[in-house]
Amino acid sequence: MLRCAFDGAIGRCLSTAAARLSQVPQVCIVGSGPAGFYTAQQILKSHATARVDMYEKLPVPFGLVRYGVAPDHPEVKNCINTFTQTAAKDRFTFLGNVTISEDVTLHQLKEAYHAVILAYGASQDTALNVPGESLRNVLSARQFVGWYNGLPDDASLEVDLDVDSVVIIGQGNVAVDVARILLTPIALLKKTDIPENVLDALSHSKVKRVTLVGRRGPQHVALTIKELREMIHLPECRPQLRPQDYSHLRDLIPSLPRQRKRLLELLAKTALDSPEPKLASSWSSAEREWSLRFLLSPVEILAAPGGHAVCAVKLAKNRLEGEGLNQRAVQTTEMETLQCGLILRSIGYRGINIDSLLPYDERSGTIANDGGRVTGHNGVYVSGWIGTGPVGVILSTMTSGFTTGKLVVADIESGLVDVSTPRAGKMLIQNVLRERGIQPVSFGQWTRLDEHETEAGTLLGKPREKVTNLKQMMDIIHQ
Amino acid sequence: SSSWLSQAKKEWLEVTYEKVDGMKFTVKGKEGDNLLDIAVNNDLDLEGFGACEGTLACSTCHLIFKKEDFDLIEEPCTDEELDMLDLAYGLTDTSRLGCQVCLTKKLKGMTVKVPEGTADARSM
Ligand SMILES: Cc1cc2nc3c(=O)[nH]c(=O)nc-3n(C[C@H](O)[C@H](O)[C@H](O)COP(=O)(O)OP(=O)(O)OC[C@H]3O[C@@H](n4cnc5c(N)ncnc54)[C@H](O)[C@@H]3O)c2cc1C
Ligand code: FES
Repeated sequence: MLRCAFDGAIGRCLSTAAARLSQVPQVCIVGSGPAGFYTAQQILKSHATARVDMYEKLPVPFGLVRYGVAPDHPEVKNCINTFTQTAAKDRFTFLGNVTISEDVTLHQLKEAYHAVILAYGASQDTALNVPGESLRNVLSARQFVGWYNGLPDDASLEVDLDVDSVVIIGQGNVAVDVARILLTPIALLKKTDIPENVLDALSHSKVKRVTLVGRRGPQHVALTIKELREMIHLPECRPQLRPQDYSHLRDLIPSLPRQRKRLLELLAKTALDSPEPKLASSWSSAEREWSLRFLLSPVEILAAPGGHAVCAVKLAKNRLEGEGLNQRAVQTTEMETLQCGLILRSIGYRGINIDSLLPYDERSGTIANDGGRVTGHNGVYVSGWIGTGPVGVILSTMTSGFTTGKLVVADIESGLVDVSTPRAGKMLIQNVLRERGIQPVSFGQWTRLDEHETEAGTLLGKPREKVTNLKQMMDIIHQ
Repeated sequence: SSSWLSQAKKEWLEVTYEKVDGMKFTVKGKEGDNLLDIAVNNDLDLEGFGACEGTLACSTCHLIFKKEDFDLIEEPCTDEELDMLDLAYGLTDTSRLGCQVCLTKKLKGMTVKVPEGTADARSM
């Protein structure tokens, strides 16, 4: 309770008390992927006055929705419409072209804001750590995805598609995306927003066969059924599945939970039964094929004569230990070699650490947290892949974003996050940026680039032609 | 024309969306409109509902029906819808995706449950 000595002072005293109790919470979010946007949406909805500023390393928003989700899945990107509505709220500000850690430190954000939400995703990939990994045409799926999505960092990736066979290490959805882009007829890809230089490379591709290699069995594949069905129905392409790898599934299937059951039923049916006539005729005329190989772990990547480019991968055969779906793969001494001219590794994404004071877990590549609150850092939160690890679809990231958003508002309301003293928010950070000569990109400026890209796309008969060079992006933004 | 006539004859029918916290929204939707569009047209406060805007690419429009209503749904559940439902949280035997189910006279007055949350994550 506040007490004031003199009547005359009461008015002033109360109004400062009121002002103190109702400071506008200043919140910032690092990263503009789905995690960032869904968190912002939740906070703006459930708090009446809070301001949300979003910092993004790139000059453009939306994270993996723009630069990860496959170009032939434009429907998935529809969530951008909701994000754009959030961005239009007057208590929201987008500041692109600002890298937290390099341009602004976490410490500076903590000074400027009552709460800081880390939503910067998982941008690194896991290496195989086998000899030969640095040979030419051994690439990470992450970079390959960046390349066909026009990510500035990977826009000029050197990919040699003058090869017959590709091996992808990994059997998750990213591996399947990459396989699908390599195998889809070019006429279909031309209708997507794949950049022109990449379309050109894909149109000269000689790739006939893509093999996805997994270290465990078919019952353990990490892809979702929608992606599998798409592969089965891919035009001018057929599955090449070895029946012996799947015959045991039929006994296993009845005991599995629905989702696994439907996935494995489809897989077993494709491998073991004869296809319906329409599919059969399309498969028999197909010039390209995909296959799955199981219980194999790469041990060495072999060079072609001359020594620089890959020609094969040597794999150790695995056996499974343990029970049920949690079985582990254990390498044996038996080996197999697969010939291939391109290897893409797709065995997982990792988050990086952007501040040495954060409780970063090296093993999982995430920031340690308790349901969203960063361990040991009052007022600092995680949302999306940097907290959960690189698992799940946008739906799961949405849940993570909403959960963190609710938590932040609850903590502000309970006083766990102290908002009794005002914070300068973006005013303070803009000073820091000015001193460093960095011009943040606003959402309106992104809209300009967005229009430029869609107009350029229209001329080419596609939804968008992305600008893939950072300098060019900035030039268009500041036109 | 006859299509104009059939359009005009379409009725406005009542439907109730019930959230997990018990909050209910009773709204009117036009016969033949799907349950996602009806929620959107009525500005219902269902966070994250319909992220892919009805293109069968997200499963955020997951709804749970009463058995008797479920059996009256006209649209069959396709493999593609089942594939997306596999990712939905709290899936039941009477689950459907709202963007794939149209409101009909037979379903007039029904209550559908809107679950919250997501399926267990799978690795990418
Ligand atoms: C190849 C691929 C395909 C996918 N396809 C699908 C799909 O079809 N359907 C589906 O539902 N899900 C898909 N996903 C999953 C989906 O993309 C993720 O669930 C989601 O993007 C994770 O959101 P996020 O916000 O945590 O991370 P991100 O989307 O990665 O966003 C992080 C953002 O933070 C920015 N950032 C990073 N570091 C900093 C820094 N230091 N300072 C400022 N900003 C920074 C990044 O530039 C990025 O914009 C796919 C994922 C991948 C990798
Ligand atoms: S709105 Fe995405 S599946 Fe229905």
